[in-house]
Amino acid sequence: MSAPFDVAVIGAGVMGCSTALHLARAGMKTVLLDRGAICREASGVNAGTLTMQMTRAALVPYALRAHEMWMRMAEWCDGGHVQAVDCPGLSVAFTEHEIAMLEERAHFRRQAGAPIEIVSTARAREIEPGLSDKALLAGHCPIDGFTSAYLTGRAFRPALLNAGVELREDTAVRGIQPGFSIDTEAGELRATRVVLAGGVWLQDMAAWLGITLPIKVLINQLVVTERLPPVMRTVLGVASGLLSLKQYANGTVLIGGGWQGIGDRERGGLAVKPDSFLGNVRLAAHTIPALRDARVVRSWLGLEAETADALPAIGPIPGVPDAWIIGSVHSGYTSGPYMGKLLAQAICGQAPELPLFPIDRLLAKDQAA
Amino acid sequence: MIDIAVLGAGPAGMAAATQAAQRGASVVLFDESPAPGGQVYRAAPAGYAMPRDADRAEGDALRAALAASNAVVRTGHRVWGVGGGPLVPLGEAAAPFRLDALAPDGSNTITEARALVLATGTHERIIPFPGWTLPGVLGLAAATILLKANGVLPGRRVVVAGAGPLLYAVAAKLAKAGATVAAVVDLAATSEWIAALPALMARPDLLARGAAWRASLTLKGVPVLAAHRIVAAEGVGVLQRVRVAPLAGGDYRVFDCDALTIGHGLVPATEATRAFRAAHRYVAESGGWVPVLDEDRRTSIPLLYACGDGSGVRGAAAAPASGRVAALAALRDLGLIDAASHATSRASPAADFARASRAGGAMARMMALRPALVAAIPPETIICRCEGVTRAQIEAAVEDGATAMNQVKQFTRCGMGPCQGRLCGEAAAELVAARVGGREKAGFATGRVPLRPVAMDALLGDFDYADIPVPRPAPI
Ligand SMILES: Cc1cc2nc3c(=O)[nH]c(=O)nc-3n(C[C@H](O)[C@H](O)[C@H](O)COP(=O)(O)OP(=O)(O)OC[C@H]3O[C@@H](n4cnc5c(N)ncnc54)[C@H](O)[C@@H]3O)c2cc1C
Ligand SMILES: Cc1cc2nc3c(=O)[nH]c(=O)nc-3n(C[C@H](O)[C@H](O)[C@H](O)COP(=O)(O)OP(=O)(O)OC[C@H]3O[C@@H](n4cnc5c(N)ncnc54)[C@H](O)[C@@H]3O)c2cc1C
Repeated sequence: MSAPFDVAVIGAGVMGCSTALHLARAGMKTVLLDRGAICREASGVNAGTLTMQMTRAALVPYALRAHEMWMRMAEWCDGGHVQAVDCPGLSVAFTEHEIAMLEERAHFRRQAGAPIEIVSTARAREIEPGLSDKALLAGHCPIDGFTSAYLTGRAFRPALLNAGVELREDTAVRGIQPGFSIDTEAGELRATRVVLAGGVWLQDMAAWLGITLPIKVLINQLVVTERLPPVMRTVLGVASGLLSLKQYANGTVLIGGGWQGIGDRERGGLAVKPDSFLGNVRLAAHTIPALRDARVVRSWLGLEAETADALPAIGPIPGVPDAWIIGSVHSGYTSGPYMGKLLAQAICGQAPELPLFPIDRLLAKDQAA
Repeated sequence: MIDIAVLGAGPAGMAAATQAAQRGASVVLFDESPAPGGQVYRAAPAGYAMPRDADRAEGDALRAALAASNAVVRTGHRVWGVGGGPLVPLGEAAAPFRLDALAPDGSNTITEARALVLATGTHERIIPFPGWTLPGVLGLAAATILLKANGVLPGRRVVVAGAGPLLYAVAAKLAKAGATVAAVVDLAATSEWIAALPALMARPDLLARGAAWRASLTLKGVPVLAAHRIVAAEGVGVLQRVRVAPLAGGDYRVFDCDALTIGHGLVPATEATRAFRAAHRYVAESGGWVPVLDEDRRTSIPLLYACGDGSGVRGAAAAPASGRVAALAALRDLGLIDAASHATSRASPAADFARASRAGGAMARMMALRPALVAAIPPETIICRCEGVTRAQIEAAVEDGATAMNQVKQFTRCGMGPCQGRLCGEAAAELVAARVGGREKAGFATGRVPLRPVAMDALLGDFDYADIPVPRPAPI
């Protein structure tokens, strides 16, 4: 058998791609495996919102740094990019209850470093002329934006190859033996270290190493319109976080916000739920009334991972030396590239710039090291 | 809830709905057209007297039987949403099928059914060539709709090009309606037509009709070029001429024209079976990807059936029989008829289908995708017209590692526009297939709702903010 890889990263979403890239650039002989194509799960089908106003407060410092990485992706990713757009974001409240929620959430995020200010409807409509006059109050964050997430795999791929990463797509991993011997559909391979980066499939991957790590599966729905004349110019959300709206340069408007559809780990994102579909587009049209005149062209679904406390799983795997995990990051596309960089620092034996999110807290007592 | 919903009121859907209703099932039949008929038997609009021909008579017979049955016919209803059936959370029992349709008044209607028969017909395949997006270039199907439903000619001087019997049908009808047919440009060689003859013998009526079309063209002195293709459509802002060359290569000929009607065959419309995640396979001589069916037209999804050209191109004559077979299977599976009755009832339509399929299958083979046509597309030619994606861009995406249609779509936006790949899908998939080792490998884009673009205004209706069931927010 050939010399082992220094590290095998399993799962080529944004987490796996960024981790693999940074590890390879640090000199490690890296293999990146995915059972499908690069970034064809959550990382290629998500809404691409790079927002501080949906990110959990604890993740704001990470998201701010990652926002910067997305905006300058071509510089660190060998020219690869995802058409990132830097624009302000607004989070609006339509009811008294939402006003309270907006203010509370803005407060915590501001404390975490997000420059969010509460603005009147009049001011919000100067920033976003398309906004409905039914909005009562808004949180305004000048650092916001969005990408065309479907380009993520294409953006990472050349840089990964240039850095010497061996990219093996359509290669499902079936198990890992200590040491590590990695059992794939295309045969065994050996690696000194492993990184599990399997999105919602992290639960299965952790089980290969004897770890019980419950991961909840969210089935997020997205809806896109045909091309429209300009109807908005910011990233728009609502206080509860259950809307994300933006218009791309080509005129299409993407409607998201984490409304739930039908699906699961085994079958993927199967179908929208009629009520969620209707609710989501109504909320969008309530917020940007001009959307009433649009036609919906397509909907789709993707799977997002969530741990028990809805905070990330990033760090060493307790009790299994040289095994690492990364994923389950809320608004994980936003902070993905930075999270991969941090984990790579830790794997290379450096102190990461910001703390990781070790998973000991998520494991039953007898499992935690 | 009703027993059986039928989607598509072409010959297959009309016959399926009629059969099911005659046997006592509650049936609703949907079509977006204003009247039942489908492609070939498209009904004339009110006030327009259509010429009496064989198509008209067969269509009228199916319409009359449908009208005499208890089936509820919802024409002018564009079905944009399909759901239910297997599309339920893991471990839950299958749900009733659900169809969301926009009614003629713009409102949304919801129908739940225990079983669903799909009879959605085909899209026309047009393999791009330089100039194919010029005004004046249109599909054979679009030209027929203009003629049949509106009594409008696509142009005064028309070149008719592509593959299959439609070519001659459209050319003959154009000539009869007063257009000058500048040329008929047939991809098929004369030898292919001769090879198809034995199968066509099963349908002397069709054979006679085809011969009559050809004779009428010969009489009018219309040049018919066999084994030729359109190399380019040219003109300043609008179509003025086409360049035509032999398939095998050789000298161009130029025909002046103000319309080019062109079609390279028919592709089964599988949006709905894809959305239900039914099993599909690629069968070039049936038109492309088709749902996997048993002999009673059951898909891999319980209580979901497919018939007519949407389940594999076999032509208009075979469509009603396949619709009846599907309807009988649904009746049987719902327990509305017993096994013995099913067995006796299905024998005759099953035999009709087998007979009509011989001729239909021969025609479908002639209309199958011709890889050489795709290979001849110049690099800078637009493939996806919604998104402006060229052949070169699709191939660059494959070079960059996209090996299946879903990823090619992500890398290029090919197929992301309003037509959702209905127009470009075939050429794009063939380009990818040529590089990754076949259409099965290249796969197809995941099916999703809406099946057709749907106006938000119609969906939204009147609502208050309080009506929106906003879910619980994530923790801060
Ligand atoms: C619809 C939707 C919208 C979203 N919108 C946003 C947003 O606007 N902003 C934001 O910041 N975040 C958003 N998110 C969240 C974000 O997309 C995810 O947090 C992020 O992409 C997760 O990246 P990942 O690399 O952890 O997982 P994934 O991208 O899911 O990657 C996991 C990979 O592991 C592979 N894999 C699984 N099993 C195996 C195996 N056995 N062997 C080999 N490989 C395997 C999979 O094929 C997959 O490629 C959204 C998520 C969804 C689903
Ligand atoms: C231009 C043209 C000319 C043809 N001429 C001939 C000919 O001369 N002789 C011949 O034998 N064959 C001909 N054919 C082939 C013939 O049309 C088909 O064999 C036949 O119509 C198939 O019947 P069907 O019922 O399967 O589908 P269709 O007749 O195509 O009917 C499908 C119906 O489904 C409806 N539908 C689909 N999706 C939706 C939706 N989401 N919501 C609402 N409605 C929907 C469509 O509006 C359509 O009416 C022709 C085909 C074309 C395209």
